[in-house]
Amino acid sequence: MSTATILSRRTFLRTTSVGAAGLVLSVTWPRGIIRAAQGRGGRGPQFQPQPNAYLHVAPDETVTFEITKGEMGQGTVTSLAMLLAEELDCDWQKVRTEFAPVDPVYGNQGVYGSSSIRSTWTPLRTVGATARAMLIEAAAQKWGVAASQLHTENGYVIGPSGRLSYGSLAEAAAALPIPSGVPLKEPSQYRLIGKATKRLDTRDKICGQAKFGLDARPQGLVYAVLERCPVFGGRVASFDATKVKAVAGVKNVVQISNGVAVIADNTWSAIEGRKALEIKWDEGPNAAQTSAAISQLFAERAQQQGIVAKTAGSVQQALAGATKKIEAVYEAPYLAHSSMEPMNCTAVVRADSCEIWASTQMQTGSRAIAAQTTGLPPQNVKVNTMFMGGGFGRRGGVDYVRETVEVAQAMPGTPVKLTWTREDDMQHDTYRPAAYVKFAGALDADGWPSALVANMACPSFGNGTATDTSFGGGSGPDGVAVEGLSTFEYAIPNVMVDWRRANAGIPTSFWRSVGYSQNTFFCECFLDELAAAGGKDPVELRRRLLANSPRLLGVLNLAAEKADWGKAPAGHFQGVAAVNHIGSYFALVAEISMDKGKVRVLRVVCSSDCGPIVNPMIVRQQLESGIVYGLSAAMTGAITINRGRVEQSNFSDYRVLRINQMPQIEVYTVPTDNAPGGIGEGSVPVIAPAVCNAIFAATGKRIRRLPLSLEGLV
Amino acid sequence: MAAIKFTLNGKTQNVDVSPDMPLLWVLRDTLGMTGTKFGCGMALCGACTVHINGNATRSCVTRIASVESKSITTIEGLSADVSHPVQRAWLELDVPQCGYCQSGQIMAAADLLSKKADPSDADIDELMMGNICRCGTYQDIRRAIHRAAELKAQGAKA
Repeated sequence: MSTATILSRRTFLRTTSVGAAGLVLSVTWPRGIIRAAQGRGGRGPQFQPQPNAYLHVAPDETVTFEITKGEMGQGTVTSLAMLLAEELDCDWQKVRTEFAPVDPVYGNQGVYGSSSIRSTWTPLRTVGATARAMLIEAAAQKWGVAASQLHTENGYVIGPSGRLSYGSLAEAAAALPIPSGVPLKEPSQYRLIGKATKRLDTRDKICGQAKFGLDARPQGLVYAVLERCPVFGGRVASFDATKVKAVAGVKNVVQISNGVAVIADNTWSAIEGRKALEIKWDEGPNAAQTSAAISQLFAERAQQQGIVAKTAGSVQQALAGATKKIEAVYEAPYLAHSSMEPMNCTAVVRADSCEIWASTQMQTGSRAIAAQTTGLPPQNVKVNTMFMGGGFGRRGGVDYVRETVEVAQAMPGTPVKLTWTREDDMQHDTYRPAAYVKFAGALDADGWPSALVANMACPSFGNGTATDTSFGGGSGPDGVAVEGLSTFEYAIPNVMVDWRRANAGIPTSFWRSVGYSQNTFFCECFLDELAAAGGKDPVELRRRLLANSPRLLGVLNLAAEKADWGKAPAGHFQGVAAVNHIGSYFALVAEISMDKGKVRVLRVVCSSDCGPIVNPMIVRQQLESGIVYGLSAAMTGAITINRGRVEQSNFSDYRVLRINQMPQIEVYTVPTDNAPGGIGEGSVPVIAPAVCNAIFAATGKRIRRLPLSLEGLV
Repeated sequence: MAAIKFTLNGKTQNVDVSPDMPLLWVLRDTLGMTGTKFGCGMALCGACTVHINGNATRSCVTRIASVESKSITTIEGLSADVSHPVQRAWLELDVPQCGYCQSGQIMAAADLLSKKADPSDADIDELMMGNICRCGTYQDIRRAIHRAAELKAQGAKA
């Protein structure tokens, strides 16, 4: 049973502030109701439920939806509003949204794991349907007729004697008991779900009015930058700020737990002041770390006993009896997230309260870290959710919130904005782990794969961050480090995937599509090697191995058909890859040409099956976005380490895809009536292997390490 | 500190700041106009693009002293009501995802169309490659620039 309240504390505040009462519905869902929709293979414990929704029907006909999740471009503001509006049957033109406060009533507020639709699909529609039922009941009482005689249309209740607007019914509806068990629409009745619907936040984003984290400007704001130890794990030994204080505009210099902050009248003065800081660092245990040493560590670990992540049949027997065996070693680099908006946060700390303005994927986590840092109870921390200028997993960390609160503690009552420069952002990221895998594969007498062995070595996700122990901290494998290899659906009879933790002192964390971002590259490229070794067409091989995986087979066939697989124009070459993750299925065919030894990606055809599609336009945009993000990393993405420091600093040496490198992308979707799957990370894993497999088709050369720039191909 | 006078979105603006301060930070921190974004600080990403005397310019590497007596247009001043053809095309095609780079993309595209009324894909590549979008909206940006060119041509005829 749900519990529900009408006119909660917040509602009261709102209704007084807008000077009008109305129907306000807040429903708390029992834990577990949405759990089934939230599972993500291989990502450790189930997500905490993310319940609750909130809507306000005002007498002026405006309908306001509280969006409990953050917006980083994935379209939550629009898609979640569509779920509510669909069942409420309101006028979409009258819909307004605002970011909900961070409050335990909403459960754990965060955007990660491509889970927003999955976790809100049933709860938000139920909230909308329940509010609609109350508006109908209010009209029924007014007219003295049975509710069953009434229906709704675009913000009106319609009955035998006319129609009443939602706004005119809102107050009466708010006084009614909240019904339970209100039925939801059949898919055939949808007016919004499944239709390309314009984003609600576009207008603000094209005239400079959307407020991102970096745009927070509370009264009396001062500006800070922080100098952190260039070596991970290092700390301040001593510092001299004499010269800093002579820089015009500098107001204060304060040491916090992981560095020295310069606070000034404006961001530029803080940056100029920081240049004059003289800090002696205790560089700690990682001062001599290099990328070469990390590669060597991985190679050594891969020879050692691993923790089993997936096993089937007997690989020893299969390898012993194989007609043909192949072996290969694959490597992937550390990657930065490099969202367009660098990390930042604004905070003011007072004796009994703290307020923060944050572009964060972890609203609840941000509140918790501010409470923990200040020692205040969480309810005394107010979080203002700002638009995110990209997230990609980086904003799942709250390190920048903690830093900001620490700096603000040194200036009680004064709001402080801590800005990371691009160099700070690049060199103090929590990186996608580098990874290493040693493969062995066997073919049977007919040339089909009979065995696959993958010995993995890589750092665990979250190494060197607050979440370190969450993943692979126990005796089992790090579920996210092995996903993609531990989760593939290919029916190879004998499989062994094992993993060894090889932490290297470089902080790691989630990067869009997480373990799949490297493991699908490994898996899909080695599968291509098995196909070639057995003389099989790469699509034919996958079809055979996916005979009992209808959804993945479905998207594979769709991509192959739309891409004219096997019929590329002269001088063009194709590669294929497929993956199941985030509760959805994806396949991709990349078409390339080679020009003087350089690869040019010309055309990308991507297919997906994510169950029901809420907004096809946003699904298309997310698939395109994931392809660009993955391709960018595949082409030139690499964070390298020397003397314990990140060698890259800005977009000059961490190159990302630009418009002149953009391939033509076509996306195709298969709506199915399965449980909703995710989309935001969907296409990221498949672009790199498809491009590398196309390079093999073009050149006969296998690409076993990324990025392509390492091989001189970019 | 120095008193510097320029025209900002059609109005006279005086500021009293260090002559070396980049225009970006004057706009964002001194004047509170946050539509222009900080991305890299080195003219590598284009998020901070504004128009100076009608030309797309990276405000993060533009000393404030250098804009004395010049005319600056930011995203807030491109039109009063989101009516610039580039903004109309962006709205029609729903280009932004996270949106952070889009002020710079729009300012760069508006400059492009003032110089090439009917740009080819190659023109777009050449003139927009300085503007990074990490959400990967490039395909929609390309479509929207072609659409904006149509809208602009229609407006010129009307």
